[in-house]
Amino acid sequence: MSSNTPSSSAGGVGSADAAAPRRNSKRPKYSKFTQQELPACKPILTPRWVISAFLLVSIVFIPIGVVSLFASRDVVEIIDRYETACVPQNFSNDKVSFIQSAVDKTCNRTLTVKKLMKQPIYVYYQLDNFYQNHRRYVKSRSDSQLKDNSSWNDVSSCKPEDMSNDQPIVPCGLIAWSLFNDTYNFSLNNQQLAVNKKDISWKSDRDKKFGKDVFPKNFQNGTLIGGNRLDPSVPLSEQEDLIVWMRTAALPTFRKLYGKIERDLQPNEVIQVTLLNNYNTYSFNGKKKLVLSTTSWLGGKNDFLGIAYLTVGGLCFFLALSFTVVYLVKPRQLGDPSYLSWNRNPAGH
Amino acid sequence: MKRFVYINDDESSQELYCDNRISNRKYTVLNFLPKNLWEQFSRFMNQYFLLIACLQLWSLITPVNPASTWGPLIFIFAVSASKEAWDDYNRYLSDKKANEKHIWVVRQGIRKHIQAQDIHVGNIVWLRENDEVPCDLVLIGTSDTQGLCYVETAALDGETDLKTRVIPSACMGMDFELLHKIKGVIECPNPDKDIRRFDANLRLFPPFIDNDLCPLTIKNTLLQSCYLRNTEWACGVAVYTGNETKLGMSRGIPEPKLTAMDAMIDKLTGAIFVFQIVVVMVLGIAGNVWKDTEARKQWYVLYPIEGPWYELLVIPLRFELLCSIMIPISIKVSLDLVKSLYAKFIDWDSEMIDQDTGIPSHATNTAISEDLGQVEYILTDKTGTLTENRMIFRRCCISGIFYGNESGDALKDVKLLNAVAGSSPDVVRFLTVMAICNTVIPIKSKTGAILYKAQSQDEDALVNAAARLHMVYVNKNANILEIRFNGSVIQYEVLETLEFTSDRKRMSVVVKDCQNGKIVLLSKGADEAILPYAYAGQQTRALVEAVEQYAQLGLRTLCLAWRELKEDEYQEWSLMFKEASSTLVDREWRIAEVCQRLEHDFEVLGVTAIEDRLQDGVPETIETLRKAGINFWMLTGDKQNTAIQIALSCNFISPEPKGQLLLIDGKTEGEVCRSLERVLLTMRITSSEPKDVAFVVDGWALEIALKHYRKAFTELAILSRTAICCRVTPSQKAQLVELLKSCDYRTLAIGDGGNDVRMIQQADIGVGISGREGLQAARAADYSIGKFRFLKRLILVHGRYSYNRTAFLSQYSFYKSLVICFIQIFFSFISGVSGTSLFNSVSLMAYNVFYTSVPVLVSVLDKDLSEGTVMQHPQILVYCQAGRLLNPSTFAGWFGRSLFHAIVVFVITIHAYAFEKSEMEELSMVALSGCIWLQAFVVALETNS
Repeated sequence: MSSNTPSSSAGGVGSADAAAPRRNSKRPKYSKFTQQELPACKPILTPRWVISAFLLVSIVFIPIGVVSLFASRDVVEIIDRYETACVPQNFSNDKVSFIQSAVDKTCNRTLTVKKLMKQPIYVYYQLDNFYQNHRRYVKSRSDSQLKDNSSWNDVSSCKPEDMSNDQPIVPCGLIAWSLFNDTYNFSLNNQQLAVNKKDISWKSDRDKKFGKDVFPKNFQNGTLIGGNRLDPSVPLSEQEDLIVWMRTAALPTFRKLYGKIERDLQPNEVIQVTLLNNYNTYSFNGKKKLVLSTTSWLGGKNDFLGIAYLTVGGLCFFLALSFTVVYLVKPRQLGDPSYLSWNRNPAGH
Repeated sequence: MKRFVYINDDESSQELYCDNRISNRKYTVLNFLPKNLWEQFSRFMNQYFLLIACLQLWSLITPVNPASTWGPLIFIFAVSASKEAWDDYNRYLSDKKANEKHIWVVRQGIRKHIQAQDIHVGNIVWLRENDEVPCDLVLIGTSDTQGLCYVETAALDGETDLKTRVIPSACMGMDFELLHKIKGVIECPNPDKDIRRFDANLRLFPPFIDNDLCPLTIKNTLLQSCYLRNTEWACGVAVYTGNETKLGMSRGIPEPKLTAMDAMIDKLTGAIFVFQIVVVMVLGIAGNVWKDTEARKQWYVLYPIEGPWYELLVIPLRFELLCSIMIPISIKVSLDLVKSLYAKFIDWDSEMIDQDTGIPSHATNTAISEDLGQVEYILTDKTGTLTENRMIFRRCCISGIFYGNESGDALKDVKLLNAVAGSSPDVVRFLTVMAICNTVIPIKSKTGAILYKAQSQDEDALVNAAARLHMVYVNKNANILEIRFNGSVIQYEVLETLEFTSDRKRMSVVVKDCQNGKIVLLSKGADEAILPYAYAGQQTRALVEAVEQYAQLGLRTLCLAWRELKEDEYQEWSLMFKEASSTLVDREWRIAEVCQRLEHDFEVLGVTAIEDRLQDGVPETIETLRKAGINFWMLTGDKQNTAIQIALSCNFISPEPKGQLLLIDGKTEGEVCRSLERVLLTMRITSSEPKDVAFVVDGWALEIALKHYRKAFTELAILSRTAICCRVTPSQKAQLVELLKSCDYRTLAIGDGGNDVRMIQQADIGVGISGREGLQAARAADYSIGKFRFLKRLILVHGRYSYNRTAFLSQYSFYKSLVICFIQIFFSFISGVSGTSLFNSVSLMAYNVFYTSVPVLVSVLDKDLSEGTVMQHPQILVYCQAGRLLNPSTFAGWFGRSLFHAIVVFVITIHAYAFEKSEMEELSMVALSGCIWLQAFVVALETNS
């Protein structure tokens, strides 16, 4: 088969004479790589090794689990679901028309502090069954418009909330348009409880993603009003509620930061909340909750991590234990070739 | 179909046939892009990727930036296109060099220096010593007065010995001037690729001598790419030019071999594709249902009441794109890369360098290393493969007297030396046949020693042995041979040479003793081709015994015979021979028939026995590989007894009582059928016993069995682990490979000579031994090694590791893509089945390329067991052979693993990042890092070193 000869001329230019040196140069250079002899460690998984590895994992994991579980238990939370309670009796069968009507939406709630809450106390609103991660929704924003005044008419990705009255909307898109608009006022013993709404958003968002020279324009001017309105005289970088809202949540149940209460709350103190129940979650049966929470070094209240660590650690411990039992009860000599499949069963492989 | 070449006619043939422009190029500048793209897109995988990439251009449905698919796609295409382009450019350069070489050609009666590409059919081309032949020529003149010239055909068939070429008798004795003006016609067949055959006729036009037909054979040609050696000049008529030369016709892209693993990977890809379609359909329907029931209530999504006509398709297509990463685009690139590394490892392996010649092993085919680990049948040649093919004359039997039986070396046998010294007539005749009944060319070196250039190792051994016994073949001057015997010089004139063919199994020369003018026929050949043709009164029993005895010892035997011819008998026969030699159809067969008329009534002189030693380490290699569950078949052209002896001595079969040999023989259909049935019956009974059963079949019985009892023979082939097929032809070797392949066995064919080429090309893996019979087999093969014993390392080390590594790599590639894809699918359940991508384009690309595809490449150095362990327990190869590391069930394991891992990552992420931390980008990054850590862990866990 001469197909391997690239061409007639390359076949062998005086191959008899050239053959000897060429053979020598073809001899491969010796190196550990070419001979596939690079050093390698090859731990043999003997029972002792396996058992001690499992033990080690459980020894590390169980304390971590315990510590994080305690941290999570230390966090004090007050959760108040209010969307049903804040609908007047006469509207209880038709909540959607209530929220769309012009009646007064003010609602009063009472929260009791169970345990001492150290400052800062974070105020969240929690929405359930709200799909901020829906594809239509999540894509309907224009990052360049938010960042830079010069690209204010870059609204192509914002459909269907891109233009209103033939003018580009700033900020455009479904996310901004559906901005959450319930408001909360806290008072303790008839004294106003100050809620600090500054620095509730990410600093990087304020500095990099939302421009200081971008002002809301032509916002909520259409026929369909979605959520909150924005003050046209405040630049987007200072509209922190918007910035928080625009960080879309990945799960249909999520909390967004509303503000911080910067004082300790003592046990049995009663907080009066006056809220404006404006936001429509009734059409899709969403829940609304007001959450007051302290934090630990691990963040908010979340038992999951601690339980997960404990489970894995416990499992490893159990495995280590059972392997030890098997090892002690029924030991087997290592490297016994009679266990090889062809030795065990010589007739057929 | 014939072609008529008019010699030295500048007009007539120019239009008819192509010029001498050689082109090995696949593409031209203009058609490169379309043709290359077309070739690449004829593969299903690429079509699939293109479809995905095109769909991504539609921004409504694309979950990620189209660049994340287009980038890799264009990269992959660019890489393989530029590789093709580079190869093609190199081919173009070497073509150009060959085409623009300056050659002396006769034009209008004058010699001109023109470029090689301008040679036309019918031109007379002049060559000097050491020139390369630019196209296929019919020799018409040389500097040698006898009309001989020597060529080296290494580039054509890999044989390095010089071959003689002779000018046709009609052109004999023409001088320089005449050769410029010569006119005539050559009648030759249309171009073909048989480099051993050229059946043509030459007729010169008046006034040039006679207008008789003069037969031409391959001996009268100079083929393209050969080199002119030891001859001052030569000239010839161009008969085939450009890509129509014998070399050009035999070029061609061999069909790419597909490994069992590739086929399995393709199958698994298909399965994943089906799974993907199912997922897409289910999610698409679910998405549309959810949209209509739930999403319409969600005012903030603002679904329009009336959508466009394609609205129903949008969500399924989104999911299609989301799931498209299930079939990783990187798998092809990674696999190609590691495969070429496996091949490099074979090239580099310092333990597979032939110490005698310094030639390293070489993997010509870089794509099939995994198949080495899955070999089930090895079909091996005997001579030169198992043996060294270094022939040594050991014993002989001359007119019933055995020589060399005591010492094992006839050359040292005093009896024989005495007989030679006493010029015993039988011995002298025997030695004469040994010395001159051959095609050997003696070449006097500067020191005065005589070197023999022989095409066959047997002839070489015989001539050298004769020389040691004082019958020295001194010189060959055209047709005159000179022999020196005990100081006196004898001259013979060679009248005809009846060449060796594998069908006739003998060769003869007709010579005339120059002293007394006697004409003698000298023959040598296989016993069954000589002994039956002995004259009626000769007692051949002693010879038959000798043949038996030698074969028992594993020696190769040849019978030598002679017959005196009468002058008129020879003349009469000579005419017939001439006629047969000039036929165009079935020339070989006609010649064989005519030869038969002369080759009878022999006086058989004796038997020679030549030893061909086993190569080092052959028995050990065969034993190890048989332990590894590989079955061996020996296919040889040698005779049965010799084959069996060699088989015994190299552990091929066990001696009685452990082993049992079953013979299939018979000359007629009925006999073969009965014999086959009997063997089959025995096979079936003994198949449960731990006994080495082997069957032996010879070429004749095999022919009948393959033709009429294919089914029974196939069953036999499946039942028997060992077989010896003797007296088989090259095409029968290929047929046997075909038979085993049709039973779904992975076959490896190993051989060293031109007669093994077909078998090597036919088998799943062809291994060539770059031995003494030239490089023909090594060139045709996928792997070439220096010694048979390297086969052990090639299979057990390289084949096994390649298989293991590819098995891991391919399944891992799917696994890591599936993990990320499953996470996307899970996420779609909590994002309203709307087809949101959790990961952004950059993360996806980085994950697929940097974080997973690159680290896993360390597995090309992975060794699950050390080389020593594998050699000690070759049985471990069974795992590879049976494909236990890559099959649907292991793949299902990886599939389940990816599902499990995806669930773990996803559940941990969404729970640990619930409520206030539930932010898209944060969650996606956490999930991604989880995956990356997991991948690193899996790779570390799965690699064994």
